[in-house]
Amino acid sequence: MISLTSQQQAMLDGAEGKAAQKALQILLALAKIYQAEELLPVSSVQIAGVSYDNLGEAGLEYLTEMADSGGRVKVFTTLNPAGMDRENWQALGIPPDFARQQIRVLDAFARMGVVTTCTCTPYLVGNLPVFGEHIAWSESSAVCYANAVLGARTNREGGPSALASALTGFTPAYGMHLEENRRPALTVMVETGIHGTQSFGALGVSISRKVAHLANKPVVWIEGILSASLEELKSFCASLATYTGTAMFHIPGITPESSRYLRPEACVSVSRKELEEACRELNPIQDTPVDFVSLGCPHLDLPEIARIAEILSGKKVKKEFWITTSRPVKQMADQMGYTRIIEESGARFATDTCCVVAPIKGWFNCMATDSAKACYYASSKNQMETVFLPFEDVIQEALR
Amino acid sequence: MNWHGRVIFEGIVSGKALVSSQPVSFFGGVDPDSGIVVEKGHPLEGKCISGMVLVFPTGKGSTVGSYTLYRLKKNGKAPSAIINAQAETITAVGCIISEIPCVDSIPIGEIPDGAQLHIENGLISLLRNNLE
Repeated sequence: MISLTSQQQAMLDGAEGKAAQKALQILLALAKIYQAEELLPVSSVQIAGVSYDNLGEAGLEYLTEMADSGGRVKVFTTLNPAGMDRENWQALGIPPDFARQQIRVLDAFARMGVVTTCTCTPYLVGNLPVFGEHIAWSESSAVCYANAVLGARTNREGGPSALASALTGFTPAYGMHLEENRRPALTVMVETGIHGTQSFGALGVSISRKVAHLANKPVVWIEGILSASLEELKSFCASLATYTGTAMFHIPGITPESSRYLRPEACVSVSRKELEEACRELNPIQDTPVDFVSLGCPHLDLPEIARIAEILSGKKVKKEFWITTSRPVKQMADQMGYTRIIEESGARFATDTCCVVAPIKGWFNCMATDSAKACYYASSKNQMETVFLPFEDVIQEALR
Repeated sequence: MNWHGRVIFEGIVSGKALVSSQPVSFFGGVDPDSGIVVEKGHPLEGKCISGMVLVFPTGKGSTVGSYTLYRLKKNGKAPSAIINAQAETITAVGCIISEIPCVDSIPIGEIPDGAQLHIENGLISLLRNNLE
């Protein structure tokens, strides 16, 4: 059993209100289940379970009760994408009933002091932990990015456990918070060049095929990647987390903790042919024409939006084309004039939301994207066919 | 017959066991308005968990399932208690936020379906087998 500080004991006894008390009860139960020996202070939280499409009435009721009973965040906390663009929801076809409930969700978070910036890329909007910091994040791609690329430490939290960390400032010390669970256990030799967001997404799918038969998914050590951009890494993190469920990897020379370890002896390889097969798998041969084009899974950064504006400038798109990003990045795009160019082409921004969590099931038949993660949720949750293309080819698809 | 387990959420309650050999997903697997298991092919499909001592190995599925348990409780359709072999995040968090007594580390295969149980924090007592 964990020994509590006097402040934690007071919180557990209700001195800081019912919400903080319940939140600490949650963390202590998790500590018990996962045999954590202490509670660690966290410096940052990111909460999933924001879209009303996923939360439903149950989640909204719980969040409202926590806000009503005095819940108040103790650390910097941001949100995962919501089910709609907060400003532009009507133009994007979101029903008013849904919008009303979604706004109530965001209001409940705001009353608790959460920064209601809704994004799967908190690290692009100032929620950016440093190396070695303990944090409590939920979004699976961001969790992977935080652990592997930033060297911060977080488990993949559920919505309620992340909120519990926000309201108390603690998380139980288990899993990715402990050195021994961050150690690489399997080498992946990549035998082909990997360039661009689509290719890095396909690599995540290929790796998932190599570990599919293993009950405990190993932390992988990836050899053969000589360089990787932020955009490529965020795409890879989204794919690896979606298809393998893992929250950590190492690439020697690129990710910071790789210098602590030696290459694991157990080794598998990914060939050019296997990478092409992964692409084909997300690109099934079908007759359904593309009627939806989507970029921004994970949310786009400013250079990606600049490139879209450059290609769309002076042209008209012929298909429904959503560009999903966070509100702060959208505001930079406004300032730079990219938004105007993109909107004049007929493409639309879907800010604060994304094609995974928006209630778009049944709206479209076939989506073109560069995101392996988006393909997974399009075919499962939203029942669409997918066309999986390199970033710039996706933009060309919208113009075709 | 008695079993000693780990208390996930404390409480004292008596009720009839509804035993599943398979994991339970509350989100998508249980209708929050009726308490009826709706997951296709699940051993409890069509059964109502309301007021029962729900016994299953462990939880599965989306973390939103914690909120489904909360909704069941608000609707008066929650199980009276939950007994697991191994509790995980979704069920544990759901029980805490909904204040449903929960015990784990129990050899659930020994609990007969339909048995009358008494739960007092970590102690589970078999009051009566389902012999009728």
